[in-house]
Amino acid sequence: MSEAIGTLFIVVGLGFDIFGCIGLIRLPDVYNRLQATTKCVTLGTCGILFGTFILKGFCATGIKALLTIVFLLLTSPVAAHALARGAHKSGVKLCDKSVCDKYAEDKK
Amino acid sequence: MKSRMVLFIIGYLIWLLLGWPVDLQHVLIGLPVAGFVTFVTGDLFSQRIHRLRQITRYVWFCYYVPMFLWECLKANIDVALRVLNPSLPINPGIVRVKTTLKSDTALTFLANSITLTPGTFCVDIDPKEGILYIHWIYVQSQDTEKATQLIVKKFENILRKIFD
Repeated sequence: MSEAIGTLFIVVGLGFDIFGCIGLIRLPDVYNRLQATTKCVTLGTCGILFGTFILKGFCATGIKALLTIVFLLLTSPVAAHALARGAHKSGVKLCDKSVCDKYAEDKK
Repeated sequence: MKSRMVLFIIGYLIWLLLGWPVDLQHVLIGLPVAGFVTFVTGDLFSQRIHRLRQITRYVWFCYYVPMFLWECLKANIDVALRVLNPSLPINPGIVRVKTTLKSDTALTFLANSITLTPGTFCVDIDPKEGILYIHWIYVQSQDTEKATQLIVKKFENILRKIFD
């Protein structure tokens, strides 16, 4: 039973990772791509790690997987924030579809 | 000093979990390692350590975690649907929202929560004015008040009870 649940988590996680990668290709600019990659890849990777934990239980591998989930949830938004801020400061424009850019207005 | 002691205990626990299963070698080596990390980090960990003793904060944190995970799941399905939709329904832009949170920890958690919830992520923070610049994949309102209502409010109240 636990094997089935663990495998299900890994499959769902892989699915979200794939959606994140498709978003990386299809979306138009840096900021939209970061949207897709941070959200989907964070939960996708957490799903894979949680599946590993269910399959392995409280042993060396399982505990490390749980710790990695915590660190991933704490660090990946920070990385996205740093990338977006750096991109904006170095002058990367928003794509043509964008409706407003209050950040650029306030920086002037 | 108390901040360092708390940091030492947390660091030591994480070391033990990383080295699971616990044996004598790990327990002994962990002490100097956690001690060194504590020494290097100094008092950066927490300025107001007495707040760690207030039990209600932990209760609210336990409420916050499942709510956050639920929002995170919704965010994923939302992005996945947008990406897989052939017409690619996006209407992106950077909006300005206001927050009344003050402490660094609270602002960090607010920015992280916003990043992992549907359609929004945090580009920059101005802690003095309490302004966050949010990139929104489908802008529903360019007005600061309205955007604040839509993005920040659901997290702000609970995060104030935990961290501020």
